[in-house]
Amino acid sequence: MPHTEEDIRAMLEKIGVQTIDDLYGDVPEEVIYREEYDIPSAMSEIELRRHFKELGDKNRQLTVFAGGGAYDHYSPSVIGHLLQRSEFYTAYTPYQPEISQGTLQYIFEYQSIIAELTGMEASNASMYDGATATAEAMFMMVASTKKKNRVLISDTVSERVQAVVKTYGKFHGVAVTVVPEKDGVSDLDAIKKELEAGDVAGIIVATPNKYGIIEDYTGFADAVHAAKGLMTVNADPSTLAVLRTPAEWGADIACGDGQTLGMPLAFGGPYLGYMATSKANLRKMPGRVVGATTDADGKRAYVLTLQAREQHIRREKATSNICSNQSLMALYATIYVALMGKEGLKEVNRLSCDGAHYLYNRLVETGKFTPAFPGKPFLKEFVMKTDLDMKRVNAHLAENGVMGGLDLGEGLVEFAVTEKRTREEIDRLITLMLEA
Amino acid sequence: MKYYDKLIFELSRPGRKGYELPANAFGTDGAAEIPADLKRTEPLDLPEVSELDVVRHYTNLSNKNFGVDTGFYPLGSCTMKYNPKINEELSAMPEFAGVHPLQPAETAQGALELYYNLQHALSSLAGLEEFTLNPFAGAHGELTGLMVMRSYHESRGDHKRTKVIVPDSAHGTNPASAMVAGLEVVTVKSRPNGSVDVEDLKPLLDDTVAGIMMTNPNTLGMFETEIMEIAKLVHEAGGLLYYDGANFNPLLGKVRPGDMGFDIMHINLHKTFSTPHGGGGPGSGPVGVGKHLVQFLPNPRVRKGEDGKFFVDTDDRALGTISTFFGNFGVMMRAYAYILTLGKEGIRQVGPLATLNANYIKESLKDDYLLPIDGVCKHEFVFDGLKDKSTGVTTLNVAKRLLDYGFHAPTIYFPLLFHESMMIEPTETESKETLDEFIDVMHTVAREARETPDEVKNAPLTTLVRKLDETGAAKNPVLTYKALKKNAQ
Amino acid sequence: MSKVLDNLRYADSHEWVKVEGDIATVGITDYAQHALGSIVYVDMPEVGDEVTAGEEFGAVESVKAASDLISPVSGEVVEINEALEDEPELINKDAFENWIMKVRLSDAGEVDALLDAAAYAKLCEE
Repeated sequence: MPHTEEDIRAMLEKIGVQTIDDLYGDVPEEVIYREEYDIPSAMSEIELRRHFKELGDKNRQLTVFAGGGAYDHYSPSVIGHLLQRSEFYTAYTPYQPEISQGTLQYIFEYQSIIAELTGMEASNASMYDGATATAEAMFMMVASTKKKNRVLISDTVSERVQAVVKTYGKFHGVAVTVVPEKDGVSDLDAIKKELEAGDVAGIIVATPNKYGIIEDYTGFADAVHAAKGLMTVNADPSTLAVLRTPAEWGADIACGDGQTLGMPLAFGGPYLGYMATSKANLRKMPGRVVGATTDADGKRAYVLTLQAREQHIRREKATSNICSNQSLMALYATIYVALMGKEGLKEVNRLSCDGAHYLYNRLVETGKFTPAFPGKPFLKEFVMKTDLDMKRVNAHLAENGVMGGLDLGEGLVEFAVTEKRTREEIDRLITLMLEA
Repeated sequence: MKYYDKLIFELSRPGRKGYELPANAFGTDGAAEIPADLKRTEPLDLPEVSELDVVRHYTNLSNKNFGVDTGFYPLGSCTMKYNPKINEELSAMPEFAGVHPLQPAETAQGALELYYNLQHALSSLAGLEEFTLNPFAGAHGELTGLMVMRSYHESRGDHKRTKVIVPDSAHGTNPASAMVAGLEVVTVKSRPNGSVDVEDLKPLLDDTVAGIMMTNPNTLGMFETEIMEIAKLVHEAGGLLYYDGANFNPLLGKVRPGDMGFDIMHINLHKTFSTPHGGGGPGSGPVGVGKHLVQFLPNPRVRKGEDGKFFVDTDDRALGTISTFFGNFGVMMRAYAYILTLGKEGIRQVGPLATLNANYIKESLKDDYLLPIDGVCKHEFVFDGLKDKSTGVTTLNVAKRLLDYGFHAPTIYFPLLFHESMMIEPTETESKETLDEFIDVMHTVAREARETPDEVKNAPLTTLVRKLDETGAAKNPVLTYKALKKNAQ
Repeated sequence: MSKVLDNLRYADSHEWVKVEGDIATVGITDYAQHALGSIVYVDMPEVGDEVTAGEEFGAVESVKAASDLISPVSGEVVEINEALEDEPELINKDAFENWIMKVRLSDAGEVDALLDAAAYAKLCEE
């Protein structure tokens, strides 16, 4: 706060009042707060740094073997440096395109990348996170199919995503039916049965699913389209470099969490939610969208477009209330994919997949773990069954600087391996688990 | 400088690499275990570029941007403060960046303590019982807050309360959030000065009303002087008061929303608490509530045990969950650093100095610009375009001309109460010199409007790109590189 | 000054109706296209859809605004103006020439409740 005493005096004189308090003369005396706030006294930069260091030291840096929606992929050094460009991070939403071409162009590149990965024709400028993006996909399906008000979600979609979808559905008045799984995968027969009622706006499935299984969605799109509904696939975008895409499965909407595109774990955020769709459903897609155009001199330029659908114009008639994106994280994802390129992204998946299979084999060899879903294909995450007391095992691992698999209860443990994990780390995990 | 207009895809050369990864040391071939019909068959058309290509490309893009570090943003209702550099550095600390959100609580005590402390600080600053930091943005906070409102009525078996009252001057997000939360919007009229018309409000308050959404100061930057009366009326009718924290800045350090009778509020950390806007996000929209509503806040919650340890908790009475994990934690770190830097003493100056700056600009410009509502404003105010309407120069023209002079435009054509709205909010972080420069330029533009109106109407003239074909963009949306390439053929 | 044609009926939500036999042709008025500005998209119903008087049947979007289309009549959609799919701006050129949908009326009496040209012209002036 830069004002000198002299500045304040001159400004008050111009305004024609005596004191700054006079500017609050219209505020009832009873609501003026005069007590002390329950926060610490001002800290200098030195003290602030010390305080954050002390807090930081209370966190343990663990070697991560868990996923559950947040994966320990590598973030190349370049990204952090470029994100420090203050022209990016101190900018507002690009409502003045003449002086925001930097933001608009990287969002355009981001949309191109998301469309390419998912195989869809159009992407928005990003949303909050994967779970909220999936809830928005639910609303979009309901809005697109008119007069239908029920959405099916396979029980193989992540519990966390399901929980948010259910919360949004409960308040907005969309019925959410969870379709039970069969042997760890979605049950097409059960879905078909639900579709018969004729009131289903769409279905939500996931790839890979909550157990890490790569599901076969043959016949799903046909079934839901025959019932005049839409299909949403929640997909880990990193894996789409190698796995069959939502578009290839016939989906109308693809969505999910962009964290796997190199974003730090950061205790849960910021990450980003992505959403992509076909041309036919484009105008029902919520969120900001950037389009290419030209300026008065014919130069190539970018601009926020399709804004008429957005909440600030449509008010209570909008299909969503979202009025921002995770812009800087979209830049993050864009730079990550640009660096990795088409080969790098495939290699990330290859290494994660090789490491995961190595761990899987080692676990089976111990005789203490058996596959929870034998024969089901997986990429970087999988579930094992065990009689070990995982509470005790994971506590022992944590003491030794390792985050073990997620304890799903009932003897099920879910492990994840990324390209960051080495053979030595995996061997050590095994040793530590056996000695626990 | 040459206009740089390449896309990253256009720098691509087959076989070029911008990464290095370790070799496979596992002796396994995981890919072989995945059936072919579950694999991608479409070609993957992603850029193949070098690290230096990437660095230069995005540095060039950054040069096509305007940010708070570039110049002044008098953007009404957006609170474009300076973003302190230390906050950026702290938020990137590896001690936090490497923490998995599902890590055992005993290994994430630092992150949990920070979350807890920020919850606590916001409660004290807002005069409310407890906060959740999980909502990702202001609009998400609104939605969460309205879910709390509905949960409260439902828990009392009061199922007929399905309406929420929103002033006609409110930002469009308020009614949109209400719609998403399953509430019906009832509009209450504003008086000419933008304040809620209490006489119009009274007949609306029946037993179907869940609550009212308000900002204070209102959209015109004027304090709602009858707030205590409104709070009393709404509460007597069984409704709750929701405070839209978009306008919290002028009250920070002076007035607490809880003390004005508000039951629920959201705070935009990216406005009032100086976290960067990031070109549109990530933001953070913590929601605070009074004592009677704490149990409805969304899961997960962060609590402190009697042993002084922090833990993650869930409550069956909660409205549900609204985020995958704990919200935008990195943004919270910056807001926490901001609060600690100012401390309990410094934070008292935030609102008052923001209010001083706004009034100073208002008084300095009201000779050239039409001030529809005179009187002391708070952190922002609205002009209804130029005073001299004979020139044909519109608010849009003035806004675009400001870009030529190196300033960001104010918020324009909002609020909808006036035809030529121009909403100006300087924030407390700008010096008198910057405000004086802005005032000079605004006077210059007013003079140009009288003397050379055509020049102003053609603005901007000196920006990297000029007026854009927005109609063409909306009619034939070209949203990807693939579509752009196809169009060019 | 917006154009109002004498031989049509109007809804206060700014749609016009022309009845020929049991078929009603529906579009938006010159006043409405003027208020919206450059139209970039028309969200039309599908042939075979049932529309109800007073209820939404689609939307028009311009660069800065979007407006729901409210059907002035009830019945089954028998034809939509496909030309608007590629050239929504036709409505800006001539809102009365470029209709949006044709409906087989289920209740011809509904038309009588609509405004005549004089009453609609008066509404636009207000």
